[in-house]
Amino acid sequence: MNIIDTIFKFNGGIKADTKKSVSTVRPIKKIKMPKQLILPLRQHVGKVAKLKVNIGEKVLKGQLLAEADGNVSAAIHAPTSGTVASLEKQLIPHPSGLPDYCVTLIPDGKDTWVEKKPINWKKIDRKETIKKISESGIVGLGGATFPTHLKLNNNNEVKTLIVNAAECEPYITCDDMLMREKSAELIEGIRLALHLLGAQNAIIGIEDNKPEAIEKLALLIKNDANISIKIVPTIYPSGDAKRLIYLITGIQIAKGKRSTEYGMQMFNVATIIALYKFIHCGEPSITRIITITGKVRTPNNYEVLFGTPLSDLIIDAGGKASQNGSFIMGGPMMGYKLPSVNVPVTKAMNCVIDAEPEMIENNNPVLPCIRCAKCAEACPVNLQPQELFWFSQSNQFEKAENYNLFDCIECGCCSYVCPSNIPLVQYYRYAKSEIISDRYAKEEADIARERNDFRLERLQREKEERAKKIAERKANTSSDEKSKVIDEKRKAITEALERVKQEGVSEKND
Amino acid sequence: MINQQSPFIQKAASVTNIMLMVILALVPGLIFYVYFFGVGVLLNVFVASLTALIAEYFVLKMRKLPPKVYLSDGSALVAAWLLALSIPSIAPWWIIVVGTLFTIVIAKHFYGGLGSNIFNPAMIGYAVLLISFPAIMTKWPSPIENSLSIESIRQALQVFFYGLTQVGDGLTSATPLDYIKTELLQGQILPDITIRNVGLATILTSNQIISLAYLLGGIVLLHKKIISWHLPITYLLSLSFISGLFHLIDPNNYSTISFHLLNGGTMLCAFFIITDPVSGPTTPKGKIWFAFMVAILVYVIRVFGGYPEGIAFAVIFMNICVPLIDNLTQPKVFGHG
Repeated sequence: MNIIDTIFKFNGGIKADTKKSVSTVRPIKKIKMPKQLILPLRQHVGKVAKLKVNIGEKVLKGQLLAEADGNVSAAIHAPTSGTVASLEKQLIPHPSGLPDYCVTLIPDGKDTWVEKKPINWKKIDRKETIKKISESGIVGLGGATFPTHLKLNNNNEVKTLIVNAAECEPYITCDDMLMREKSAELIEGIRLALHLLGAQNAIIGIEDNKPEAIEKLALLIKNDANISIKIVPTIYPSGDAKRLIYLITGIQIAKGKRSTEYGMQMFNVATIIALYKFIHCGEPSITRIITITGKVRTPNNYEVLFGTPLSDLIIDAGGKASQNGSFIMGGPMMGYKLPSVNVPVTKAMNCVIDAEPEMIENNNPVLPCIRCAKCAEACPVNLQPQELFWFSQSNQFEKAENYNLFDCIECGCCSYVCPSNIPLVQYYRYAKSEIISDRYAKEEADIARERNDFRLERLQREKEERAKKIAERKANTSSDEKSKVIDEKRKAITEALERVKQEGVSEKND
Repeated sequence: MINQQSPFIQKAASVTNIMLMVILALVPGLIFYVYFFGVGVLLNVFVASLTALIAEYFVLKMRKLPPKVYLSDGSALVAAWLLALSIPSIAPWWIIVVGTLFTIVIAKHFYGGLGSNIFNPAMIGYAVLLISFPAIMTKWPSPIENSLSIESIRQALQVFFYGLTQVGDGLTSATPLDYIKTELLQGQILPDITIRNVGLATILTSNQIISLAYLLGGIVLLHKKIISWHLPITYLLSLSFISGLFHLIDPNNYSTISFHLLNGGTMLCAFFIITDPVSGPTTPKGKIWFAFMVAILVYVIRVFGGYPEGIAFAVIFMNICVPLIDNLTQPKVFGHG
């Protein structure tokens, strides 16, 4: 074990008031079984899971409810035993605020497990294990919800596993609390992930504002030469994948490249513990840790079953689960406002902030940009946000693209520091969506034009072919041809006459 | 405004805070200015501020912008202060009014107001005054004793309202930059000039102390991260470099580094004028190039040009180059090889 000290600082970033300590004073809590669990069929990146149970069917805890549809998809399991009550469109935690298909499960209160099947990962081929993981429903629990089995599969190019324990967004503490309480499982999980990836060493990247977690982890890996800890400064967005890799290794993952091309793969701590639970205990992905914080009386971390109504958690934490409230899912920097408090907990839900009014209502006037470049100083991608803003607001999208608009990770640092109070990220989102829809429209137009060109060409070709055919037919009966035939006939006749003449002459001579 | 999208938190920074900090950082310099040269400069600052706010109010009304919001941003005040501190403290009131009006109405709002003015408004105001009223703009006060005595204040008020003619030229003296330039043109050499002119020695001291007070304010701005180090540090280093080089080659005709650093508007320029974000470059490298070029131009105008001080012209000229500088100095984006 070693603790690596040297870090490679990226440009900018921000040191915000993290507001983390309020939710780390109490241990991770569980709440009593909710009356119903609502499980959206799409809680992951990729295709919607395919329902495998019938309405009215009794299911056991951990039983498959919906299976992964293809490779880029993830299964959904019953978080407890009970009855499948319905499949209908319900409100889900999504920025669009649109409802989506959800399975409603009425718990029977017994919480009876299906037969758990732990996997003896040391004995069987790792490809085999990864295949089993594709049925576990495990997705990236840091918030990205990318199916985990896809990230495990690699052709031996991954040498280093980076464990993302930075948790850089203010307010969120679920990973911190998980590391404090489940440090042994995490380290076991890291060993497991190393095996599955075929990687040699693991580096845990963790912000220096989590001394308790660091201490616990350091103790556990004291004699492990393959796992090390890299303490990074508390600067948002240190937990962004590319930024964390740079902090740890000094390698900048080029635009459009994947970390695996550089021999690295990154997993969030919660994902690794989910892997551990699946392999060692045979438990599929049915719970997660979520931070409930903000205005609530007792901010806390909860271990909750997926599908638990968010309102239950808000009430338990001493908040008001009223429709009028504003709830932010994820951190305050990159999260989004929930359409309602009546949404279920999903795999992506790492934190919900019962928002203070000043987070939602911004009473400071928006002033013109004074080009102070505080945003450029704060940009972790080293962009020039003030230029991007200028181009975005004046619809000069091509210039915005030339200034690398699409490298923007929408981390919000620029908006955070802007003294003119300009909602910069919103301008970039606008510009990006305009460019994408323009591109789409252009593609559509290109296809339409191509189709039209092709049609015109076809019509022209048909016309030419027809004309050629007619001409050919005409040519067959044309005067030229006729005279040629006649000439030939005449020629034959004269030749014949000539012959007759000559024969006559020779006869006479005889 | 309702925040529908992230981020939901914001740093408590505002344009108003920035502008107020800039004004506060000017105060030490102002205090020493008053101490050495009398209350005239206070009258300048007061009238400039008043004119700026009134002009700003009416222009905002005309442009249908909320005056309350924009007046409180403090940018008009900063421009007014910079102009007032740049012109002689014995200038009559109408000079300040004309200069401030030009600064606010034309140099700022005709170009689009806060954030859109391509030239430093105070420098435009200054340049207009210098070209239009060269006699007034080149008469600088000589240091006075007991600057806060009733007699001195009465005199300052008299000059302010009626101009110098009523009081006589006894109050004026050439600035060190001006004096040395004139003497050099008459074929004198530097060591002789400084020894011969006893008064110059005291003026040097008072100017130096004011300069050091501006430097102090500038350091506060640097420390508070209101301004980035690139501009002032590069400017001062570049000016030191070029003046040092010439002085080294010919000490008889070219003044020392410290003379150039502590005279004229060098410190004001380094920390308060070229640091105007609106009309300056935004990239780190761009700031370095900008400051370097301003320093070179200032030196060239001071030493070889027709004017004793060249800051306004150097800054205005470099303002024109800002879009080009920014364009050519884009920093490398993360992950772009």
